[in-house]
Amino acid sequence: MSDQKLPPNEQPPKSASPPGGGITRRGFLKGAGVTAAGTALLEGVQSFHSQALAATHSDVKEYGTEPVAIQLHINGKERTLSVEPRTTLADALRIQAGMTGTKVSCDRGACSSCTVWLDKVPVNSCMTLALDAVGHHVTTIEGLSSGDQLHPVQVAFVRHDAMQCGFCTPGMVMSCASLLENNPHPTEADVRYAVSGNICRCGTYPKVFAATLDAANQMTRKA
Amino acid sequence: MATDTTHLVPDPLFAAAADGSGAPQKTVSMPIGVPGFTLHEEQRTIPASQPPVLPVNKDLDYIGKSPERWDGHAKVTGRARYTADVQLPGMLYASFVNATVPHAKILSIDTSAAESSPGVKGVHVIETLLGGAVLRNPALDVSKYPIVRYAGQPVAAVAATTPQAADDAAAKVKVQYEALPFVVDMDKAREANAPQVFPGPADQAGTAGGGGSARGIPQTGNVHGPSVKKHGDAEQGFKDAHVVVDTHHYTQVQTHSALETHGVVADWKPELLTVYASTQGIASVREELAAYFHLPKSQVRVITEYMGGGFGAKFGGGNQGVVAAALSRKTGAPVRLMLNRQEEHLSVGNRPSSDQHLRIGATKDGDITAIQLISYGTAGCGTGAGCAGPATNLYKWAALHTEENDVFINAGPAAAFRAPGHPQGAFALEQSIDDLAGRLSMDPIVLRDRIDENPVRRVQRQIVRESAIWKSRSARSNADAGPIKRGIGLSQSVWYRHLNLKCGAEVRVHKDGSVEVLSAVQDIGSGIKTVLAQILAEQFGVPPAKVSVKVGDSNYPVGPNSGGSVTTASLTPAVRDAAWQASQKFLSSIAPALGTPPSDLSLSHGMVSSASGKFKPVSFRVAAAKMNTDEVSAQVMRTPDYDPSKYDTYGGVDVAEVAVDTETGRIHVKRVLAVHDCGRPMNPNQVISQICGGVIQGISYTLFEHRLLDPNHGLMVNPDLDRYKIAGAYEVPEIEVQLTESYIGQSSTDASGIGEAAGIISAGAAIGNAFYNATGVRIRQLPMTPAVVFAALNQPQQSMEAI
Repeated sequence: MSDQKLPPNEQPPKSASPPGGGITRRGFLKGAGVTAAGTALLEGVQSFHSQALAATHSDVKEYGTEPVAIQLHINGKERTLSVEPRTTLADALRIQAGMTGTKVSCDRGACSSCTVWLDKVPVNSCMTLALDAVGHHVTTIEGLSSGDQLHPVQVAFVRHDAMQCGFCTPGMVMSCASLLENNPHPTEADVRYAVSGNICRCGTYPKVFAATLDAANQMTRKA
Repeated sequence: MATDTTHLVPDPLFAAAADGSGAPQKTVSMPIGVPGFTLHEEQRTIPASQPPVLPVNKDLDYIGKSPERWDGHAKVTGRARYTADVQLPGMLYASFVNATVPHAKILSIDTSAAESSPGVKGVHVIETLLGGAVLRNPALDVSKYPIVRYAGQPVAAVAATTPQAADDAAAKVKVQYEALPFVVDMDKAREANAPQVFPGPADQAGTAGGGGSARGIPQTGNVHGPSVKKHGDAEQGFKDAHVVVDTHHYTQVQTHSALETHGVVADWKPELLTVYASTQGIASVREELAAYFHLPKSQVRVITEYMGGGFGAKFGGGNQGVVAAALSRKTGAPVRLMLNRQEEHLSVGNRPSSDQHLRIGATKDGDITAIQLISYGTAGCGTGAGCAGPATNLYKWAALHTEENDVFINAGPAAAFRAPGHPQGAFALEQSIDDLAGRLSMDPIVLRDRIDENPVRRVQRQIVRESAIWKSRSARSNADAGPIKRGIGLSQSVWYRHLNLKCGAEVRVHKDGSVEVLSAVQDIGSGIKTVLAQILAEQFGVPPAKVSVKVGDSNYPVGPNSGGSVTTASLTPAVRDAAWQASQKFLSSIAPALGTPPSDLSLSHGMVSSASGKFKPVSFRVAAAKMNTDEVSAQVMRTPDYDPSKYDTYGGVDVAEVAVDTETGRIHVKRVLAVHDCGRPMNPNQVISQICGGVIQGISYTLFEHRLLDPNHGLMVNPDLDRYKIAGAYEVPEIEVQLTESYIGQSSTDASGIGEAAGIISAGAAIGNAFYNATGVRIRQLPMTPAVVFAALNQPQQSMEAI
């Protein structure tokens, strides 16, 4: 994913490449990573990494610190954003795209407040580079409902009062909705697993469990 | 059932201020006690301008019911805008430069490289630091810059066009330190030759959330104390005792770890400083910033639409508020300054630790002849580690002697944290009371029935006694033969009817039949918006979701700071009074068009009726069209409690069932029964949410959370949310909450708060007592990690033998 191809019109500026095409920090780190894997891990792993490297090396894009224009597919719409290559998906969504429903709390993947879906898979957007989201479908809390029609998990969260301060709620809802997309008949243990990475400091978990199970029932009944 | 027994003064709308000073009075009959147990009526003499007495919840339409959270839709869709989400045109992002050493004098600060860093618009060097204890003699700190007293202390800040640019530039600020000896271990800090955190006596004021210490307390070295309280002759009490329980308990430092960090967006304009703040106290932010910048309060506006958790730590503008405002003034642009997670752990508050030596003397029957508590705790470079509240207020005693000491260390200052001092104090007291019951061969509930005078907790113990979980408890400890041992224990909690009377609200009725309530209170997640909507719904018969609730802005009538469980108890009577007065003005406003005097009209259940039968009842909305003006409104300040002499503490009883895995050392909390009192529950579902949260936060405190400082470098080793472990979905037990609806006849809503009493006070001792029931062994240290569990299981028990 880190070697995501950019469309031609989003090529990074030339100045971003080091002169002479010599050793780059990124290339060095990548090579070092493969070497370490090769010596320390199974042969098969090395082989996989080598193949991946061989297949993509010529396509590797190198970036400097300057902002680059990228296109992100967010909630069904294409958005062109200008981001520094180090920008996380969370910051790109919140600051560049102005979509602040996604929250950042720990900023290192420990609390899941920033959960969004990449191609329907929940990820921590604070641990995902915006560049790595290019070419994927990003779904945020703003895109979970369609118009005024809330997702059944959102309806159930309100009905069960599965929130207090509400700061964890968008991430919690995204985790629970993802569960139901993949498992229409979850048990409470499944719900606990789905939100095991989501921290709620107000301690609203019991109602999160109840709301999600209720939403599953509602969805099954409608289906 | 509750009725006015007197008539109102002729025009209650214009009666004298209801402050009890010469205002007309009326005598009313009010419901008192717990329905189903002790409910009865009592007379109260109250200001005549007060609205009719509110009956008990079952006789009401909206109050005491659980309509959906008023802003639930906004929260589940991501529409809710928190301070961290505020984006203003041209807004800059600021980052702090923080001290990298635990104790030092700053010799120089070179900001030149930061100033020329890309995107930087302004740099601010901190010369006055907020937070922490302040030297009684400030001249002892001979330094241009504030002395660094903990690693992570803010030193300067940079504002730039992007967060990354601000971080980059902050890293370029060069600070030259002259290192001073430091101490981060409380026991070492108490030693005579320990490095001194302060060169002389220092004190920290409390906040609207509590904490802090009284002034004038003695200080020796790093030990700030003792703060002594003596009632009766404790030594004589111990001589009179048949049994003396003598225990030592230790608790750790816990950080608040709200998911939204502290922070502000400050927008300095010549005529108005606007500050969006993640705060529990709009009023406190306005006050502190106005004072700091010598601005009239009228030129400081504070906005808190939504806030992502505070738990006691978010009062005042703080360094982030002052620095962001200064940077905004300097750069001419709005400045956002949100702390990062590490800063949140280090610099904006924590719950102090405790080392408690508790002695309880009792007669054969269990009557307490004396309680003595000697406690030490560290609030870092602040004060506020006292924890004698439960020992003082939970049970009746013949004599009491408490000595509370703060021990300074080179760590960030503590702040009020959900029931300051009480989780620590209750952990020691409630395990020791169980010890006492054991020594006297008494049932723990029977003993508490004898020594606890609170009438509501008596009811709560009765509920516990009859509960399935308590009935499944083995009276014999260590009853399970296998490696996993189950046990059940209980603990009680106590909190106080704290009030903020300097708050008010305005209620408006519009000709189109819409109603709105305005107050500069902030909803910190407890759901006060919903409760205010319910009060108007009850008055006007409009569904709560249709009530317009305007809070979170200092442009509205001043609201209470939300600390110490004061919000609902303080504000709801003012809102009900305002709604009542607005309804009376409304009736006066429609009376001319209806051709009848206002006294002929009444409004209840959303219908306007004529006593003389002049017309058939019409809906409030239809009647509103008859108003002779576009809008009527009433703005009211909180009336004092009706009879503060009947001041009551309140609290709850929590029961925990644990499974102790004696092979892994892990404690699993399986079930909790939480029986709690918050006066009249205004919205039971929201109250239950808070209690579940308190229970879970209490379990988290008891089993996991621990701020770890490296004694060699003075740094916190786990300033994040992965190594600072907080209870998550896997650690949540089955929780049953039982509310004891309770009436005390104190205000027009008779509501109290729940935030503090909700679970966190009693979790430690309930789990500790359950652990004892499971294993026959006492565990007297938090957090109860596997290492602590193994240490307890492998240690002979000393305390029971000591006398």
